[in-house]
Amino acid sequence: MARDMSDKDILKMELEQLQKEVKNTREPVSKTTKEIYEWVEAQAAEDPLIKGVPEDKNPFKEKGGCIITCDFLWQN
Amino acid sequence: MGEIEQMKKEAEALKTQIEAARKAVHDTDMASAASGVAPAPRVQLKTRRTLKGHLAKIYAMHWSTDNRLMVSASQDGKLLIWDSHSGNKVNAVPLKSSWVMTCAYAPSGNLVASGGLDNMCTVYNLKTPVIKTVKELDAHTGYLSCARFLSDTEVLTASGDTTCALWDLETGKQKTVFLNHVGDCMCLSLSPDMNSFVSGACDSLAKLWDIRDGQCKQTFLGHTSDINAISFYPGGNAIITGSDDCTCKMYDLRADQEVISYQDAALNSGVTSLALSMSGRLIFAGYDDFNCNIWDSLKGEKVGVLSGHDNRVSCTGVPPDGMCVCTGSWDSFLKIWN
Repeated sequence: MARDMSDKDILKMELEQLQKEVKNTREPVSKTTKEIYEWVEAQAAEDPLIKGVPEDKNPFKEKGGCIITCDFLWQN
Repeated sequence: MGEIEQMKKEAEALKTQIEAARKAVHDTDMASAASGVAPAPRVQLKTRRTLKGHLAKIYAMHWSTDNRLMVSASQDGKLLIWDSHSGNKVNAVPLKSSWVMTCAYAPSGNLVASGGLDNMCTVYNLKTPVIKTVKELDAHTGYLSCARFLSDTEVLTASGDTTCALWDLETGKQKTVFLNHVGDCMCLSLSPDMNSFVSGACDSLAKLWDIRDGQCKQTFLGHTSDINAISFYPGGNAIITGSDDCTCKMYDLRADQEVISYQDAALNSGVTSLALSMSGRLIFAGYDDFNCNIWDSLKGEKVGVLSGHDNRVSCTGVPPDGMCVCTGSWDSFLKIWN
C-alpha cells in the first residue's frame, strides 16, 4: 500500500513505472479516433437509448390500469 | 546530488519524454475527428420506475447480466435486489456494516458482493434457500470503494489503501495486488475481453492494468482532482472517467492520451458516477448537483439531462442490453429511465 511506503520507495515505484511506460507505442489520434467513432456509429443505429424504445416493446413502460373509453351518446 | 534528487530528475525527464511522444501523435482530437458524424439527437428520457425501499442514502447499484435484476446498496445497512420490470424487491440482504460504498452482481446471477468502510468485500450467495455469506475478503487496509466479479470464483476490488486486488473466492485470499496509485482507488472497470481493467484514484490518475501479470501498462493524466467514476468504452479501445474536477474525459488507449473532455463552464459540481449507452454514444454522468447530464461522447456536447432526484446522484448503470438507464441517489430512491 502506498501509505506504508517511504517517500523514497514511492519515488522508486513511480520511476520504474515511467521507465516502462516511456517504451509504449502510441498511434496517431486521427487513426484511433476514426476507428472509435466508426464503431460507435455502426452500433448507434441499434442503441435503444438513442433510437428510442417503442411503447409496446418497452419492459419499463409505465404500469397503468386499462383505460376504458366510453362513448356516451347524449340524447336529449 | 542525493539519490532522491537524482531519481526526481530522472522521473521529470521521463515525464517530459512521454509528454512529447503523446504530443507527436496528437494530430487531432475526437471532436474534430468526428466533426462529420451526425449529431446525436436531443435525448429526452422519462422516469419509468421510481424504486422506493431504502431508508438512507444509496451509494451504489449494479445490473445483473439478465437485464432485469439489479442490486443496490444503501447506508441503511441493506443490499436490495430489485426486479426492475415489476419494480418489486426480490431480496433484502442485511449487512454487518452499514457503511457500504459498493455492490456488485456476479455475471452468473448467483452471487452479489458489497463492501465499504469495513475494508472488506463480503460475498453472498443468492441461490441458497436463505441468503448466505459465502466469503469475507479481508486484507485491504483501507475502505472498499468498488468491487466487480470476473466469475463466481474471482473478484476484483479497488480500495482506499491505494491498491486494487484480484481475489480467489474459493480460498478467500488475494491472488494479485495491483500497486501503483499513490492515492485512494475510487473505481474500476473491467475490459470487455476481461484481460485488463482500469482504475481511477484520488491521485487524479487513471491506470490500465493487465489482470494476469499484475502490471500497470498505461497511466492517463489530465484530471486535476479525484477520479470517482470510470468505464471502459464498449469497443474496448477507450475509457471514460468522471472526476471531482467537474469534468469527464475520454482517454484513447492506443494513442495513450486524452482525446476529448466533457465540461461546461456552468457546471461546477463533481462527477460521482457514470454509465455508457450500449453503443457508447451517450454518457450518463451523475453529479453532486442532483442531476445526471447526458453527453454525446463523440462531439463533447450535452444532449440531455435527467432531473428528478432531490439529492446527489451517487450511481448510474445501464444494463447490458442498453434498454434503460438507472440512477441512484442520496435521496434514497432509484429511478429507471428510457
